[in-house]
Amino acid sequence: MTPLAQPVGDCGVILRLGDHISPDIHADVVAMQTAVTAAGLPGVTELVPSYTALFIGYDPLITDYETLSASLSALTPEPAALKAPAVREVPVCYDAELAPDLAEVAERTGQSTEAVINTHMSGDYMIYMYGFAPGYAYMGGVPKGLRLPRKQTPVRDVPGGTVCIAGPQSLVTTMTLPTGWWRLGRSPFRFLRTGDGGDAFPLAVGDHVRFRRISRAEYERRREGKGGA
Amino acid sequence: MNVSFRIDFAGPFVSVQDRGRPGFMRYGVTESGPMDRTAFGILRRALEGPETFRALEISPGGVVLSCCSGQLTAGVVGGDFDIRIDGARQPAWSVFALSAGQKLSIRPGPSGSWCYLGFAGQIEGPEWLGSGSVHLASGLCGRALTAGDVLNVARARPRPDLHAAFPIPDFAVLDGTVRVVIGPQQNHFAPEALRALTTEPFQVTPEYDRMGMRLKGVPLVPCDALSIPSEALVRGSVQVPGHGDPLILLADHQTTGGYPKVATVITADIDRVAQARPEDRIRFRAVSPGDAVLATRAAHRAAERFMDDLSGWRGSLAERLSRTNLISGAVTGGAD
Repeated sequence: MTPLAQPVGDCGVILRLGDHISPDIHADVVAMQTAVTAAGLPGVTELVPSYTALFIGYDPLITDYETLSASLSALTPEPAALKAPAVREVPVCYDAELAPDLAEVAERTGQSTEAVINTHMSGDYMIYMYGFAPGYAYMGGVPKGLRLPRKQTPVRDVPGGTVCIAGPQSLVTTMTLPTGWWRLGRSPFRFLRTGDGGDAFPLAVGDHVRFRRISRAEYERRREGKGGA
Repeated sequence: MNVSFRIDFAGPFVSVQDRGRPGFMRYGVTESGPMDRTAFGILRRALEGPETFRALEISPGGVVLSCCSGQLTAGVVGGDFDIRIDGARQPAWSVFALSAGQKLSIRPGPSGSWCYLGFAGQIEGPEWLGSGSVHLASGLCGRALTAGDVLNVARARPRPDLHAAFPIPDFAVLDGTVRVVIGPQQNHFAPEALRALTTEPFQVTPEYDRMGMRLKGVPLVPCDALSIPSEALVRGSVQVPGHGDPLILLADHQTTGGYPKVATVITADIDRVAQARPEDRIRFRAVSPGDAVLATRAAHRAAERFMDDLSGWRGSLAERLSRTNLISGAVTGGAD
């Protein structure tokens, strides 16, 4: 579809490429982001892809809405399908102690905890967007048999590295924060790392993720080896 | 020289800020930086600070600190706070000397919610993604200051040539009108709600921190609030959750959100909005994005002019008078 441009105050343009969450619409968002990056438009300060839209932040001392939206409408994004997506393997330890909600998810979805683990690992996940807090990558792709609405009441002090699900989404937390999502395990893989610029965030929007099961011993070993995973 | 301060008292949300860390919203990292970027910029210029200049951002809770060693030049800009050195009143926007044994207290004065304290020298602290701005919610770059903490200033020096008392410029004061660009999700509101946004008054509530400010007024209940996929937010986004009270998002806003955004406060007005206090009343006025950019550029020029003239306020009253006399004397001499 033709992107719908809307002003965001005097410092942004939001380009809407659809109105519901789908891989096709999101592929258009990523393709548009690639095109905007390549165009190197003057005054652009932020590019934020989300499920159905791309936000383009600008410096109002350098450019303005009319100029920028005209430049954006002249872009011709290449279909993203031409590029093979990056796939990252993310290790998860599903040890009961690190997976406080595993048993309840099994009960609510009418299957064994082993079946929940296998179903979770069978999903092909893709990062749709980052949001909420630094390094929080929202991944779509939770298999149908595991989709539960988020909890009524968020749980406090959920540690970083928690692998959790809500509806079609999965997430690996990066810091201790409350969450109302279901906690299925813990990963030593760090979505947010020390270091500057891109090094701090090893995964990009559009990247695919496969979860791989690891033992408690391997989890502890990799968690201590500070290098991420 | 290294000069250290002991924090004797600090209200909530007192933190070190620099210009912020733009460019990482795509990874969930908000820009942060000063709540009032204009005031911060003026302080930086008044102290001839570098691009990476850091200041202590002081909330309405206030702060009291003691200088433990050495001497240096310090400055305060922002809002209209009550500034005292060992109990003696100091102009709200000024640059002055501090030395070991002195106690500086910064408390809320007649108006304003945020005040910046900086030094000739650089405040020490951690850095993350190229910025020293504390992000309170994540704790990824330091934390809020509390009593007992020590604040170190590196390369501290006395700069008596910078000492000055500045007037508070009109552009720093909220006159009650806040300009917004409508949208980008105005279609999630009924026409009556959109009309109310720009015709009814709203009041600032005590639910106010570095992430945002909750307003109270006619409820602007969105029609279909739960069906919107999350998308990017900006400083100035006016987001309306199910309760119908608008929230103006500020320096530490979350990068994305799923509640509909009825409008966006323009850059020219957002610093003044941040200086509002609970119970202050504001009215929104809608402007086009083009007019908003023009207003922001005009506001930027006004601040630049003020900063270009800072040197005119330096020195003691006697020094300023003698400077004026020299100039007028020269003019008179020329006319003779």
